[in-house]
Amino acid sequence: MATFNFELVSPERVLFSDAVDAVVLPASEGDMTVLPGHAPMMTTLKTGFLIIGNGAGAGKRVLVRGGFADISQNGLTVLAERALPTEELTQEILDKEILQAEMAYDATNDPAAKHAAESAIAQLREAKEALNY
Amino acid sequence: MPSLKDLRNRIASVKATQKITKAMQMVAAAKLRRAQTAAEAARPYAERMEVVLGNLASGITVGPETPRLLAGTGGDQVHLLVVCTAERGLCGAFNSSIARLARDHANRLLAEGKTVKIICVGKKGYDILRRQFAQNIIDLIDLRSVRQIGFEQADQIAQKVLGLFEAGEFDVATLFYSRFRSVIAQIPTAQQIIPAQIEATGVSSDAVYEYEPEEGEILATLLPRNLTVQVFRALLENAASEQGARMSAMDNATRNAGEMIKKQTQTYNRSRQAMITKELIEIISGAEAL
Repeated sequence: MATFNFELVSPERVLFSDAVDAVVLPASEGDMTVLPGHAPMMTTLKTGFLIIGNGAGAGKRVLVRGGFADISQNGLTVLAERALPTEELTQEILDKEILQAEMAYDATNDPAAKHAAESAIAQLREAKEALNY
Repeated sequence: MPSLKDLRNRIASVKATQKITKAMQMVAAAKLRRAQTAAEAARPYAERMEVVLGNLASGITVGPETPRLLAGTGGDQVHLLVVCTAERGLCGAFNSSIARLARDHANRLLAEGKTVKIICVGKKGYDILRRQFAQNIIDLIDLRSVRQIGFEQADQIAQKVLGLFEAGEFDVATLFYSRFRSVIAQIPTAQQIIPAQIEATGVSSDAVYEYEPEEGEILATLLPRNLTVQVFRALLENAASEQGARMSAMDNATRNAGEMIKKQTQTYNRSRQAMITKELIEIISGAEAL
């Protein structure tokens, strides 16, 4: 099966850099899957899970908060403002993230920013639920 | 002529100082390694960011709708200087060379009749600049309690700068920090961050890009983030430079202390020998007199 290069970069470090089969992105206008040979495009990301598909049955989930994705001929590059692999996620970290998102929600009066913060809180709550299992 | 006891004390004190400088050098070396890896790990993000912004910016013609972070306010009357220095001293000329660069810049602007506002990041720069520009300094950001500089700290600073910009407090912002070249070379650098200086890549990508949401909207969200990234990079470069500067400064200090110990030990031995000779002469001449 065809693969393409995928890089996940956070400000602190390069989290992932390898050839993959497919990547599901939490794009700001709806989740999308990137497969090999995708047309070049650029999109911003919302808070949510990014799923790296690497061979059948082998997947990896990373919680990203804000950032953008750049799809070019050379592959996919995701610059995430904050990225946490599910292995590193704990209740405390999520609680902190939720608190931050709620503070961002309270701090702004701009409807678009309010909406973004709202969806971020919902996503984080969902992630917290999922972590309990 | 100092007595033998004085000399002994002096040697002991220099030796103690040497031990301290040696320990500081070793600590700086360990911290440098960590700071350097952090700075290197952050580089890919900043580089990608630049490429993407370059692509975006080259496709956009500056017009009234262009975000002000890119196009500027149209004036350059009020300048903001963000001066990043260390929180601690004892690192050679590190702090003073950044402060000197900022001071020269500020003086030049003042001579042109511009207004200068200064935000200090780090106490040392504040201490130096306070003497001359006390009324220009509008804020001091203290990072003393921060052990490892994270993205959050950079974000805080960037948000503060952005808030001031949106309130129309200044037209042009320049960031001062020290670029890390190697352990012995740190280059004080001034970098204009608002309006953003983006090198248009020139080669507009041959493929047609799709944008989601609109190009302008992406640019509007990217520009503030780019500011944070630039500040973050400056802080990390600064941290590495500081440790590098401290390491070489302490290495010098250790060597100087070694030289001083050698010289003083020599003086000590000479005067001890002279004393013994004198005593012997006294004894012999006393015996001869009998």
